[in-house]
Amino acid sequence: MSRFKLTVNGELQEVDVSPDMPLLWVLRDKLKLMGTKFGCGIAQCGACTVHLDGAAVRSCTLPVSAVTGAVTTIEGLAGTGDLHPLQAAWIEHDVPQCGYCQAGQIMSAAALLATNSRPADEDIDAALAGNYCRCGTYVRIRKAVHTAASFYNADAGDQG
Amino acid sequence: MNARGRMSRRELLKVTALAGGGLMLELSLNRPATAEELSTLLSSRELNAYIRIAPDGEITIYSSIPEMGQGVKTALPMIVAEEMGARWEDVKIIQAPIDESRFGLQGAGGSTSIPNNIGAMRRMGASAREMLIGAAALLMEVDRADLDARDSRVVHRSGESRTFGQLAALAAEQPVPDPEMLSFKDPRSYTIIGTAVGGVDNLVIATGQSEFGIDVDVPGMKYASYTSCPRVGGKAIRFNEAEIKGLPGIADAFILAPDDRAGRASMGFLNGLAALRGGVAIVGDDSWSVFEAKRRLDVKWDTTGASDDDWSRMVEQAKGVARKGNGETLAAGVSVDEALADPENRVHEAFYQFPYVAHVCMEPMNCTAAYRKGQGGEPDTLEVWLGSQFPAQVKEIAQNMLGLAPENVIVNPKRLGGGFGRRAVHDFATEAMAISHRAGVPVKLTWTRPDDIHNDLFRVGGFENMKGAVNPDGKLAAWDQHYIGFAKGGKPVIGSGLRGNELPQSVMKNARVRQTMVDVATRCGAWRAPGSNTNAFVEQSFLHELAVLAGRDHVEFLLEQMEPRRWVTEGNVNALNTGRAMDVIRLVAEKASWGKEMPEGSGQGMAFYFCHAAHVAEVAEVTVDADRNFRVDKVTVAVDVGPIINMSGAIGQVQGAVVDGLSTMALQQITMKDGVIQQDNFHQYPVMRIGSTPAIDVHFIQSDNPSTGLGEPALPPLAPAVTNAIFAATGIRIRSMPLSAEGFNLV
Repeated sequence: MSRFKLTVNGELQEVDVSPDMPLLWVLRDKLKLMGTKFGCGIAQCGACTVHLDGAAVRSCTLPVSAVTGAVTTIEGLAGTGDLHPLQAAWIEHDVPQCGYCQAGQIMSAAALLATNSRPADEDIDAALAGNYCRCGTYVRIRKAVHTAASFYNADAGDQG
Repeated sequence: MNARGRMSRRELLKVTALAGGGLMLELSLNRPATAEELSTLLSSRELNAYIRIAPDGEITIYSSIPEMGQGVKTALPMIVAEEMGARWEDVKIIQAPIDESRFGLQGAGGSTSIPNNIGAMRRMGASAREMLIGAAALLMEVDRADLDARDSRVVHRSGESRTFGQLAALAAEQPVPDPEMLSFKDPRSYTIIGTAVGGVDNLVIATGQSEFGIDVDVPGMKYASYTSCPRVGGKAIRFNEAEIKGLPGIADAFILAPDDRAGRASMGFLNGLAALRGGVAIVGDDSWSVFEAKRRLDVKWDTTGASDDDWSRMVEQAKGVARKGNGETLAAGVSVDEALADPENRVHEAFYQFPYVAHVCMEPMNCTAAYRKGQGGEPDTLEVWLGSQFPAQVKEIAQNMLGLAPENVIVNPKRLGGGFGRRAVHDFATEAMAISHRAGVPVKLTWTRPDDIHNDLFRVGGFENMKGAVNPDGKLAAWDQHYIGFAKGGKPVIGSGLRGNELPQSVMKNARVRQTMVDVATRCGAWRAPGSNTNAFVEQSFLHELAVLAGRDHVEFLLEQMEPRRWVTEGNVNALNTGRAMDVIRLVAEKASWGKEMPEGSGQGMAFYFCHAAHVAEVAEVTVDADRNFRVDKVTVAVDVGPIINMSGAIGQVQGAVVDGLSTMALQQITMKDGVIQQDNFHQYPVMRIGSTPAIDVHFIQSDNPSTGLGEPALPPLAPAVTNAIFAATGIRIRSMPLSAEGFNLV
């Protein structure tokens, strides 16, 4: 067991865990942030996607000892705002079915929009290739990402 | 005034039925006038739902059916709100607790939630409306015939109105209308039913606040893993107990012996499936610690009599059975042998196979259980939290395995991170309950993904040997189908074998149907559209083979089988109606521009299927390259499930079924060797990724038939539509799934 200091959703947290423990389980079992999901444990399904300094990472295979940057989870994605544009778009397009994978989908999409605010379908497919949706909501996921992107571009007069 | 004193005989019966468990009803009837938090409460075992109207106008509707992504938590309350005249924005939906004595069957399976509940939901809404109108008539001193309920108000023809909130207290004192006398809204005046409404939990899902079973956190809770014998039927003799118990974060580890008592189920199709399997439980401080300890487990198993199932052997055995050609005859046909022997006819034979597949719900199976010893002569109690398609089954398991009376067991239903039939069976709950009972602490049991795959109740694999004849006029002359499937204890497992309502034998006279069942130890269960999801592939592919043999257009050939328009079982609105079938086939052909010129390497394929009272036709467009990489460019779907309740939910279900169908037929296969499941995780059992998603164009025929369910029936036609399209594009006929094993790679 070792002590680790983590910044999660802007708050400093201290946990006493095995250095090997993946970030996923620190978030879920120790910090009780349940929005990040367990799906496979081998970084294949993306349900556990969080941001590390803004980049999408699979928290199920990332040991807590390797976490060097600020962690953002779905609970902290909107920051001080009400909803992140992607969250609003997910609701507008009625994306979720069972809903289990959607936090991971949104986190992957948010990392994409942070670097590419006008993604083509191919960009979305590439950025979300690591996120399974067993219910098959992919059609609406693409639409919702485009809608959220148009929010970013609204100021420039481009509604996408 | 005593509310009971004014009740009719029928209403008194309702109250009597509820008095034992209907706390909320008692509360309401005893103090309707106080109305601080509850002003009106309607409740009935028959009506299967609750409505509550608060003085501030907030309308709460309880949803009693589990939500697993099929949209029932949104669709059923829409029906209630429509009939009562509520504004959807004023409605709040709460998941009802599990108590079948109050809510009736609280289960989700077989695409039955809409057809089983729509009548009750309409009666519930209409009853509330009549009581609100009755209250308004008294309050406004007007004739109730001049009142109408809309937008959460009761409106007089003069324009004067009262809000539902204002009327709630008085409405609670109105007599509950006789269900036989209720009138219902004209569908043409609907403002909610048939519109596109977003899922009621979308906000909590998109913000990570939604609580699934796996998110449950109970005070004093430990975390658990369970490792059952890799070969079904085996049990643990010993394990490296000292080493495991000495690992960091591990509190306890112990063997559990197999226990068949847990498997006894009053719902016949579930019988035996939730039995406790022999294995080793590990209890610790967090999920990671128990998973790590599980990885280091070294168990000595007793595999006497355990499964030695082997997929390769099954395939060889089935081919032998097919060559012999006998079997139990389900339908004899009229002159099948004659037609097959007639030298004038063209005859064709083909062997089809489909694999076992897993459910792989995104949320691995899990359950939290708190077994508490009774103090001072009080009985022991158990509280359970889980996502389940039939949560009341948990009480049966607790009663049979632990001897707990149902009233001492509390079941807390959670949202399901996928169901697809997997969460109809509660073997994981059996394990959690047994572990908490033994360990003496509340435990959250989470299956790893390998546990979830190895211990699945698989969609059963199988084989069909098909023969057919077409006559010189190009018409289907004979159909000879031999199903080779799997049984346990002499009974076909769920989804194996034919039921007699498959196509085309249900519409043609000269069809012979036989089946041979082989014993299997591998655990099988319900998987989205059981039976249909594989039979559609075989039957709709082979029908296309015969159309090609006859030199006929597939759509024309299919329509010909359906003539004339009729119910196949007269008087049964849940039966195949060949007119509805022809309508969706024609519509999908029109919308997909069937027969249009396709580029080199591309092709169209179509399939129709009927199941769960739904008529669905699909056209797939595929492109295949020289290396057999293929993509499905577009799928057009035409559906008749009667009037649609929630258009957004309905389109979503169809899109999801198309993706699920494609993912499964293209990529997925479970195999067994010496009784051991060979696939561990998604690297060996992939799910389709977003980049392979086709354009999906969905059309509904909202026929004047009862509304029926849509969770399953859009899946079965997908596989044959795709393989028929690949044939059109390449001339290669695929008779075995998954396509990845046939050298076709989905891109």
